[in-house]
Amino acid sequence: MSMQVDMAQVRRFGTVLTQMLRLPQHCTFSVSASAAAIQKMTRVRVVDNSTLGTALHHRPPRVIHVYTKNGIGKVGDRVLLAIKGQKKKALIVGHKMPGDRMTPRFDSNNVVLIEDNGNPTGTRIKVPIPTHLRKMEGEYSKLLAIAHRFV
Amino acid sequence: MASTARSVCTAICSLRAFGGKNHRFLSTSLLRLAAGGESDQPPKFMPPTKPVILDSAHKLPVRRFLSPEFIPPRQRTNPLKFALERKDMVKRRTTLNIPEFYVGSILAVTMWDPHASEKTNRFVGICIQRSGKGLGATFVLRNIIDGQGVEICFELYNPRIQQVEVLKLEKRLDDNLLYLRDALPEYSTVDINMKPVPSSISGEVALNQLKVKMKPKPWSKRWERPKYKVQGIRFDLCLSLEKMEEAQKWAQPWLEFDMLKEYDTTSLEESLRQELQEEASK
Repeated sequence: MSMQVDMAQVRRFGTVLTQMLRLPQHCTFSVSASAAAIQKMTRVRVVDNSTLGTALHHRPPRVIHVYTKNGIGKVGDRVLLAIKGQKKKALIVGHKMPGDRMTPRFDSNNVVLIEDNGNPTGTRIKVPIPTHLRKMEGEYSKLLAIAHRFV
Repeated sequence: MASTARSVCTAICSLRAFGGKNHRFLSTSLLRLAAGGESDQPPKFMPPTKPVILDSAHKLPVRRFLSPEFIPPRQRTNPLKFALERKDMVKRRTTLNIPEFYVGSILAVTMWDPHASEKTNRFVGICIQRSGKGLGATFVLRNIIDGQGVEICFELYNPRIQQVEVLKLEKRLDDNLLYLRDALPEYSTVDINMKPVPSSISGEVALNQLKVKMKPKPWSKRWERPKYKVQGIRFDLCLSLEKMEEAQKWAQPWLEFDMLKEYDTTSLEESLRQELQEEASK
């Protein structure tokens, strides 16, 4: 009898734990706010529907290299991510740091996973994409084609 | 005295509305009583009086409004610079209608966008900040689209702006709503296809007394600190009394008595209004 009660408690505790783990945006413990500029070790949000980006993992994806001269990533720059223990290229499609006037600023640092040749890994982008990314139409036309809203 | 004046005014209005043949309007009830008094005959049909629509908006004078970017900052810059900028601003306002709006109003901005299809881009959002003086004045619109918070900082006098619409004219408790970034998302969500809400051009602007609920800490700024003077946050839901008392340690209650920091702009606004009227009438 007591064994059963214990098992029930353990199961309940397990469900609570999984619920806690399912809330990546809303941690019960305090974490530092994500960085505004995208540089090395910035935590980012993957906004496409690729299996690698949507899968739950105990470690959020982090930028481990930014392919720019000054090491600061802006919209349209490529970065290298450490995601689920793998190295993966990604394209920045929005950041918290305010850019030029008349361009959108987002509440999170958004990236889309891409292959080495610039093709997107996923098939859908869930959040709005800044329109000035369309300047790079020739390079990322497949990525822009899977976006469903621009701001 | 005022009431008599108003009644005279209404009488004049009604006379004006009905022309000469409206003796029925002034004495309807009396006539109806008289008709009911003769008991042997059914009362004669009396058509009811036409209702007089007295628009309350016409009683009050039209609200005067001076856009805050016309007021120059208090500094040693040559005033000629601001005078020249005002000239350009008036010139821009002859082609682009920049309506009256405040922090907390809901706006829709259409801007030219070389990369978008149809070459225009429309963004709807709540105005959370107005800043800058002169030609460089900006305002920030915020909205939540597909669960993603988006803000755009628009320049009021940027030639890319094609149209500025006010969908809902109202004020909020604070002059700066940057704390909406840390509030629950429903407070900054605006429907993209929102229809404009009509508002009167006279009287006071509606004040929305809404107090927002915040996400759990950490916030982008410590909004409970006295220097932000935030009125529109439900602090009782997210912070304990001890925390609120702790925040009061940073209070500087002497600053409001600092006469050197006073910047009274009432006389300045009057002269600016006159100047702008002269500019516009040219």
